[in-house]
Amino acid sequence: MSSPRRRESRVQVLNKFLDPCLRGDDTYSYMSKPQILEGSRAIALTIKNIRPAVISAYPITPQTHIVEDLARFKAEGIADYELLRAESEFAAASIVLGASASGVRTYTSTSSQGLLLMTEVIYNIAGMQLPIVITCANRAIGAPINIWNDQQDIMSVRDAGWLSFFAENHQEAVFQHLLAYKIAEKISVPAFVNVDGFVLTHSYEEVSIPEEKNIKKFLPDYKPKNGTYLDPANPRSLGTLVTPTHYQEMRLELNQKILDSKELIKSEWIKLQKIFNPQEKNISSYDNGLVEYYGPTKAKTVVISLGSVIGTIKETIDEENKKSGVFKNKTGVLKLRTFRPFPAEEILAVIKKTNAKKIIVLEKSISLGLGGILETEVKSALYGKTTAIINGVVVGLGGKDITKENLRKIIK
Amino acid sequence: MTLDLTIAPGSTIINKTGDWRTYIPKTDLDVCIGCSRCALVCPENCVKMKANAEGKNKPQTDYDFCKGCGLCAAECPVKCIKMEIEKK
Repeated sequence: MSSPRRRESRVQVLNKFLDPCLRGDDTYSYMSKPQILEGSRAIALTIKNIRPAVISAYPITPQTHIVEDLARFKAEGIADYELLRAESEFAAASIVLGASASGVRTYTSTSSQGLLLMTEVIYNIAGMQLPIVITCANRAIGAPINIWNDQQDIMSVRDAGWLSFFAENHQEAVFQHLLAYKIAEKISVPAFVNVDGFVLTHSYEEVSIPEEKNIKKFLPDYKPKNGTYLDPANPRSLGTLVTPTHYQEMRLELNQKILDSKELIKSEWIKLQKIFNPQEKNISSYDNGLVEYYGPTKAKTVVISLGSVIGTIKETIDEENKKSGVFKNKTGVLKLRTFRPFPAEEILAVIKKTNAKKIIVLEKSISLGLGGILETEVKSALYGKTTAIINGVVVGLGGKDITKENLRKIIK
Repeated sequence: MTLDLTIAPGSTIINKTGDWRTYIPKTDLDVCIGCSRCALVCPENCVKMKANAEGKNKPQTDYDFCKGCGLCAAECPVKCIKMEIEKK
């Protein structure tokens, strides 16, 4: 055991080698200086500044670096959350369920099979309407065992009653964690923040981490209402048996709550951008918390997708739209920032605005025996409302690279 | 309307589970010998022994909570408890 005095000096020594935002010497701006950080590190730093009270951790590639970093912050004495090492993902999810039910902010992260092992708890968390945020580092599901990125894991719990955010890059992942906590705590529903495994979690990119005191301006301390959480001084039960008289009502109410959260996500996203990203002056209606459209105002083809592949698509269509001859038809890309709630009206608005004739749904997930999951949902959202042809393409399963050349062929 | 997801202690007293019952136990107190076996075996603890006018212990069933499992009828040594279909 080291004495407190020694620990202090150890932190002081370490501070010299730590990232600037860890030292907390950037007091002049809302964000720390942009720096080159690993995706997992950026998420871990953001979580540290969001200040959850309880974090549970169970390692699974590719989310391990996030909880490793969080454990390191705790060991170094620069964070004061309770960090519990679980014996399985089922336990990790149960720990945050219990902690959140007692009325505190919680965090954990997982991937792939880990998420599947959590599934039962995931459904219970949603049913109990606990504002838990989990980072899912998206990874393929076995068998055959595969540790690389696709989005089949999160799609397996899409119906559980969680909000589901998808990040394109490190900075968006950082913002979406703030947004996820804000929305979750405001309306009492849990939220996933999806980051593509390895592509985001293990890559280095320029990113700014919001500071703790500034986060408080957007995300105040979590204070649930009396009687909605477990407290020995005011005993209540949560998650009790419900008879057929009330079960359906409760499920439909949760469904309505998630659908209604769309407007809140939009307004909170604007608030968040104003605080942490003030140089971004013009936030158009097609760049809101739910979707972002990138491309020409009138486009023949619109590509709809989720997550990190958007970056590659943006680059490809920029090159292709510039070329004459090869690409007569202009292409735009529609990024879905949220998958649940599903931004059906927002997708339709973009399709109408761009007057697109062809929609390509590009996704890293598949429902075996049916086909593309996102494709099915986009089709159902647009049924009878557009004459555009909708084609679905399943790509990049199990970490298969999606190159510009692939995208060029798909768009053609 | 938002449904309350938590509930205060004591809900088992508020929620009367007697309406789950299909068969209702009817006790013939004239035949009953007051052995109190029915009260001991009742899984809901809804049979209570109470002294009648003559001072003899006789069972009283709380139909608010009796689920009609029939254990009392099966265990009764003088077979004075009959399970009857309950018309609701």
